[in-house]
Amino acid sequence: MERNKRHIKKWLAMLPLSLVLLLSGCSQLTVLDPKGPVAESQKDLIMYSIWFMLVIVVVVFALFTYMVIKYRDRPGRGDKDYNPHLHGNTMIEVIWTVIPILIVTALSVPTVQTLFDLEKPPESTASATAAKEPLVIHATSADWKWFFSYPEQNIETVNYLHIPTDRPIEFKIASADSMSSLWIPALGGQKYGMAGMQNTLYLQADEQGVYDGRNANFTGEGFAAQTFEVYAESSEEFSNWVEQAQNSPELTQDQYNKLLKPGLTDRKTFSSTHLQWVNHGTMAGMDYAIELHGEAYEKELHLKSGDIEIDATDEE
Amino acid sequence: MQLDEFFVTGEPLIYAGMVSIVLVTAAIIFVLTYFKRWGWLWREWLTTVDHKKIGIMYILSALAMLFRGGMDALMMRVQLAFPGMDFLGSQHYNEIFTTHGTVMIIFMAMPFLIGLMNVIVPLQIGARDVAFPALNALSFWSFLFGALLFNISFVIGGSPDAGWTSYTPLAGAAMSPGPGQNFYLMGLQLSGIGTLATGINFMVTIIKMRAPGMKMFQMPIFTWSTLVTAFIIVFAFPILTVALALMTIDRVFGSQFFTLTGEGLPMMWANLFWMWGHPEVYIVILPAFGIFSEVIATFARKQLFGYKAMVWSMILIAGLSFLVWVHHFFTMGAGAFVNSVFSVSTMLIAVPTGVKIFNWLATLYKSKIQFTVANLWALAFIPSFVIGGVTGVMLGMAAADYQFHNSYFLVAHFHYVLIAGTVFACFAGLVYWYPKMFGHKLNERLGKISFWFFLIGFHVCFFPQYFVGLDGMPRRVFSIIPEWMPLNVISTVGAFGMGLGFAIFVYNIYYSYRYSEREKTGDSWDGRTLEWATPTPVPFYNFATVPHVNSHDAFIEMKEKGETTFDEEKVEPIHMPSNTGQPIIMMGIAGIASFGLVFEWMWMAIAGLIGLVVMMGVRSFDYDDGFHVEVDEIKRTERKARGL
Repeated sequence: MERNKRHIKKWLAMLPLSLVLLLSGCSQLTVLDPKGPVAESQKDLIMYSIWFMLVIVVVVFALFTYMVIKYRDRPGRGDKDYNPHLHGNTMIEVIWTVIPILIVTALSVPTVQTLFDLEKPPESTASATAAKEPLVIHATSADWKWFFSYPEQNIETVNYLHIPTDRPIEFKIASADSMSSLWIPALGGQKYGMAGMQNTLYLQADEQGVYDGRNANFTGEGFAAQTFEVYAESSEEFSNWVEQAQNSPELTQDQYNKLLKPGLTDRKTFSSTHLQWVNHGTMAGMDYAIELHGEAYEKELHLKSGDIEIDATDEE
Repeated sequence: MQLDEFFVTGEPLIYAGMVSIVLVTAAIIFVLTYFKRWGWLWREWLTTVDHKKIGIMYILSALAMLFRGGMDALMMRVQLAFPGMDFLGSQHYNEIFTTHGTVMIIFMAMPFLIGLMNVIVPLQIGARDVAFPALNALSFWSFLFGALLFNISFVIGGSPDAGWTSYTPLAGAAMSPGPGQNFYLMGLQLSGIGTLATGINFMVTIIKMRAPGMKMFQMPIFTWSTLVTAFIIVFAFPILTVALALMTIDRVFGSQFFTLTGEGLPMMWANLFWMWGHPEVYIVILPAFGIFSEVIATFARKQLFGYKAMVWSMILIAGLSFLVWVHHFFTMGAGAFVNSVFSVSTMLIAVPTGVKIFNWLATLYKSKIQFTVANLWALAFIPSFVIGGVTGVMLGMAAADYQFHNSYFLVAHFHYVLIAGTVFACFAGLVYWYPKMFGHKLNERLGKISFWFFLIGFHVCFFPQYFVGLDGMPRRVFSIIPEWMPLNVISTVGAFGMGLGFAIFVYNIYYSYRYSEREKTGDSWDGRTLEWATPTPVPFYNFATVPHVNSHDAFIEMKEKGETTFDEEKVEPIHMPSNTGQPIIMMGIAGIASFGLVFEWMWMAIAGLIGLVVMMGVRSFDYDDGFHVEVDEIKRTERKARGL
């Protein structure tokens, strides 16, 4: 709450300036300030399209302003330049059909290219010496939290994750219950997590840092609190963290079942994964959570805005 | 069931809502009783089959729904203005954004446009009513009872809270227990019946009942947009009907179409919903295009540029609208190839839409633009809609959409197209045709004040949302982080600007009713199409004699030749349909049956269904095929209306 008040005061004072900030601050917007190759390629595509859009907007606005000013019905204009029977002109109509087709083509080509590129792990960047095998992390959402399972390292975290930089991460996304969407805007676009279905999303961080990640798809009462933090660090630091995590207690099935219950929970670390009992991304695991906790939705959390702030900032 | 489970308890805002509902209802009952107006209400309005009156009832209901949806919006904007706001809790916020979306699309935008179609389309094509007048009344009552059912949810039983898209499995019985979601299903189902019937009605009316000589490519452009919309309705709405029925069976009778258990297919709902939902957005935008075309041509004092291109681009848009539904869930993981196909088909819609924009601009070329309020709304549409359109193309680029999806960038986009497109068109159309409906114009000065408040408020509200979306703010969160605050504060200020604009608009209706000069001729704006050829107020049979049409600006030609719709020599008795109470009774019973299903009270649902079947029987054996208006009466009416 203290943090809020400080921010509110700061911003209230700057309110008149905010328009200027808006114009100059674009490069600080998360999506346009990528921290990895996937977000980078998406930013490039967005910027490429924005130039086209700006040209279209400028042309239409200019034409519009010209017409509205020049052809307004002002006193004394008379019938000069007035032609009520002008009904069309095939030549000009062909031109303004062809131009949009060309623009759409120009936008389609890089879109399709990027779409196919995003299905593969990102190419290694200059800082990486050799192509590295992607690190596999199962990201499983449950109302209203995230489980991150590292099958190779045999660790599992709740509501935060660590990743090494300069190495592709292969997220295997699924949901235990309602449809969610894994989104780490600084690292790249999102993909849905569904029960009974497994999606693959490749992301990679090139810069070290702490990035916000969240569920972006509405899942009910705790949705706004279904966030996590991503710690991107060098491979040594990552290895150290893995070792540390491997010393944590093991996850028991009983404990996991309790964690699945709809509600909010703190960060947790375990030295084993839930994948040994259930993979929610398969048809067999699809009804696991709902069979356990189907009745729990009868109760409301009575979640207020203040509850969430505290939850997101208590650690560190 | 306990009484405190039936009524929603514990929220002061909802208690206030209950009190105001009771007060308004009591006031209406008192006024009707005191002035002895019950009989008048029944004879003139509740049993009417006159398309003009049905249209007016649609528009009034839509304005009420715009108020309700707007109040929802303002409450959301207050909650989102600052981090840590405790104005609305999560659950309450979720209910409000769900009802806001549903009310605005299903119970505001569509009825508003259908209302304008009802009033204007028969007049534009020289018809005396729609093809099936009693069915038309039934459409309206199904919409109204559906809307009432949906709107009462916030005081009785609890509002739906799974978003207007109602994605399963979240919206299923397990994760959304209670009657809330059933209100959504039954409210939409009931009003959907009416929309489908309206589609069929206007399709037949326009194809079969045009004035003699009026070829398809001579129809006024608003009529064309209505015809294309009618086709979309007839093809798209059955999908919604089936999807809603399947989810209802899931929730009420325990089947497993969209559930997580029993190998249900929750993602199938998203497909079915958007196979209807994407055409739906064209159902609310194409009539808007039609209205803008009429208003711009009239106040540019010039023929519409590229009429044929305008018509063909609407037909093309309608066709493409069925081929793009996947772009609502590019992120579901269908793969690069599927996403590529739907990406390209989505962007292709920009081509016919771009053609339309350029045609409107060309209509302004060598014109004489009059800045009436109706035209201000239409002109403001062009640049505003272009912003919404180009960002729509950006969203259509699937690889980039992974970053835009579910964010405020998307929220900003669809408000730019739906407000600058549909809402501006509703206002433009209402102001433009107001004198035809009510016999006086809306005050221009107040109209301009409300226009500027609304327009500036609109841009201030939604433009910043593109940026806060790019900063990673997802839609449907009830709480913001401090980094998103400045843009959200601006947004909230803009929302209140729009609210003020709407309030002035409504005040203008009252002010103009009191003080505006009454119309003396039927041709308020020196119009171009047949609706302006009728006297104001329009006689219930519309046209004493139906003119022969040779061009698409039929009334311009009539004025040049000195013709009117009252050719004394040619007056013949006119066949008109009788009023009937069957539609309101039938749909009232359907409303009761739906209410029973909402609470899963089977005795009520079954009784209602039996009543519905009985009413269908009554209707089938109704041999009243209308009456004839005699020549003397027509001549008397027309002479009086025209001051002859």
